Amino acid sequence: MSEKIVEVAQDGSFIVMDETPAKPLKARRSELKKKSIAAWIIFIVLLLVVVGWLFPFYMALINSFKTEAEFMEGGPLALPHGINISNIIKFWNDVNFPLKLWNSVLVSVVSSAIGVALSALTAFALGIGRIRGRFWLLAVFMVAFTIPQEALIYPFYKIAKQVGLYDSLLSVILVIGIMNIAFGTYMLSSVLEEFPTELLEAAKIDGATTWRIFTSVVFPILRPTLFVLATFFFIYSWNEFLLPLVLLPSNDNQTVTLGLAITTGQWTTDPTARAAAALLGSLPSIIFFFIFQRTLMRGVTMGSSK
Amino acid sequence: MSATATRAARSPRTKAPALSPAQRKDQRSYLWFLLPGFILFAGLVGTAFIWNVVLSFTRYKGVGKAQFIGFDNYVRLFQDPVFWESFLHAIMFIGAMSILPTFLGLFIGAMIFDYIAPRFGNGASAFMRGGLYMPQIVPLTITGIMWVWLLDPSTGVINTFLKGINPDWQPNWLGDANLAFWSVSVIMVWVQIGYTIVILMSGMARLDPSLSEAAQIDGASWFQRFRIITVAQLGPEIGVVLLTTTVAALKVFAPIYVMTGGGPGTATQVPAYFSYAEFFNNHRVGYGAAIATVLAIILTIMAIIILYVQTRQSEGRNKR
Repeated sequence: MSEKIVEVAQDGSFIVMDETPAKPLKARRSELKKKSIAAWIIFIVLLLVVVGWLFPFYMALINSFKTEAEFMEGGPLALPHGINISNIIKFWNDVNFPLKLWNSVLVSVVSSAIGVALSALTAFALGIGRIRGRFWLLAVFMVAFTIPQEALIYPFYKIAKQVGLYDSLLSVILVIGIMNIAFGTYMLSSVLEEFPTELLEAAKIDGATTWRIFTSVVFPILRPTLFVLATFFFIYSWNEFLLPLVLLPSNDNQTVTLGLAITTGQWTTDPTARAAAALLGSLPSIIFFFIFQRTLMRGVTMGSSK
Repeated sequence: MSATATRAARSPRTKAPALSPAQRKDQRSYLWFLLPGFILFAGLVGTAFIWNVVLSFTRYKGVGKAQFIGFDNYVRLFQDPVFWESFLHAIMFIGAMSILPTFLGLFIGAMIFDYIAPRFGNGASAFMRGGLYMPQIVPLTITGIMWVWLLDPSTGVINTFLKGINPDWQPNWLGDANLAFWSVSVIMVWVQIGYTIVILMSGMARLDPSLSEAAQIDGASWFQRFRIITVAQLGPEIGVVLLTTTVAALKVFAPIYVMTGGGPGTATQVPAYFSYAEFFNNHRVGYGAAIATVLAIILTIMAIIILYVQTRQSEGRNKR
């Protein structure tokens, strides 16, 4: 910790001042970090809030381990007598969960790949190529991104029927992949705006073609950002509801999000089975979140900060 | 999310100088990178949107021939009390999905940032932030199923708990027309807070801590520092969070579909669900298209406002 105070003026120049503080700065800082009673109270209150926030997930977890009789006897709040996974297995088989999981993974992976690839190209043209009129191009992408899906869905439905892609995963993959271009393009363009120009100029002097600049100069540096974008698209596609709802009517083509939402209420009034549905439906997302937490947090804040 | 649009786009608004032939050739080579994405996107969204607008001027049952009826759907729409009610609900959802979560997110986020992270470590702070973010990560339809189950009037967790306090107190949270909207609102606050906390805390990390520390040494209370220093400096992040969550509130669909189906009656009807039901349940495609078009126009106006506010913000920052 430096004891010098640096004052940055508005024009970017800075002045370094020597200061002789009453106490060393380090001591003052540690004073601010003391765990006072107030800090403990805040810690406990916040912890209770977080526990309350996670309480629904906890309820789904404990109740999916109960038998129906056990539930009727002890109610939802009691702890299960043991780990009874017959409910979960029954639900797993009844809704053909592995197939729904596979459909979701397929839709999410392929549509994310399409989205990332196309947005990288578009953003390269706008951010590095500085194509004329790019303010308006980006504005068009952004405004189109805000259009509600309801204003597009009926034509999508008709188009899918006409081209023979109705009730095919491919229709959802293509629509989600292409719709992703809007968000991807404006996130990546802003990142590429700050791309070091020296690298680009050096490549140009060496006679690199535009394609070569893309593959050998920009892409390797952009790769981590593309990965952030891909995890983001993955979650978007995984959570997508209206498109599969309209475009994928048959049971075997449904995704996790859709399949559980429209079947759970219909086929069971057994509360433990509904708990198992909530648990199985949440788990893939929660696991994904734990694996990619850092990447995702970077993605959430990427566009909004600075 | 959308701040980037204008950040990338801010400079070209100043008039570009005339291009030399070499530069023009250079530009043309970049055009090939733009075209695939742009054509696919504009083609798909543009075609669908125009098609939808055309449908809104017709009477169409989904099969057979659409019949052109001019502005009849819109005339009917503006006289339809359900339409106005659905928009009123969407606007009321701005409170539950945007204003309240932003306010709580600022407050809780600042407490985590100021008290938990420095005193109890980054692990504790990451746990709290992650825990509150959890409802954001799980699909809305799944959290919807979960809440329908938790709020079940006879076997649900909430009513079982209430029975212990007062056996007569067994509200039908989602089935009572007077309660349903408020139940869904509380659930949406639960969902949204994680998003606002994550974005606002990333903004707090950007602020210079010495200002707040100096104020603390001078005896400013936490709340004074929160109000005067943190909130005042987080303007851009608060703006982004308020606007993006407002857009989300106006678009809300999946939770309504799963939890209430717009009901009981029209107690939780929103424009997105209303148009969906007209398209696919009631087979009044033209009418559904008109509702969706009105919603799209409102959201487009919102998008233009966002774009304008952010362009001004980033231009202001450039001048500084």
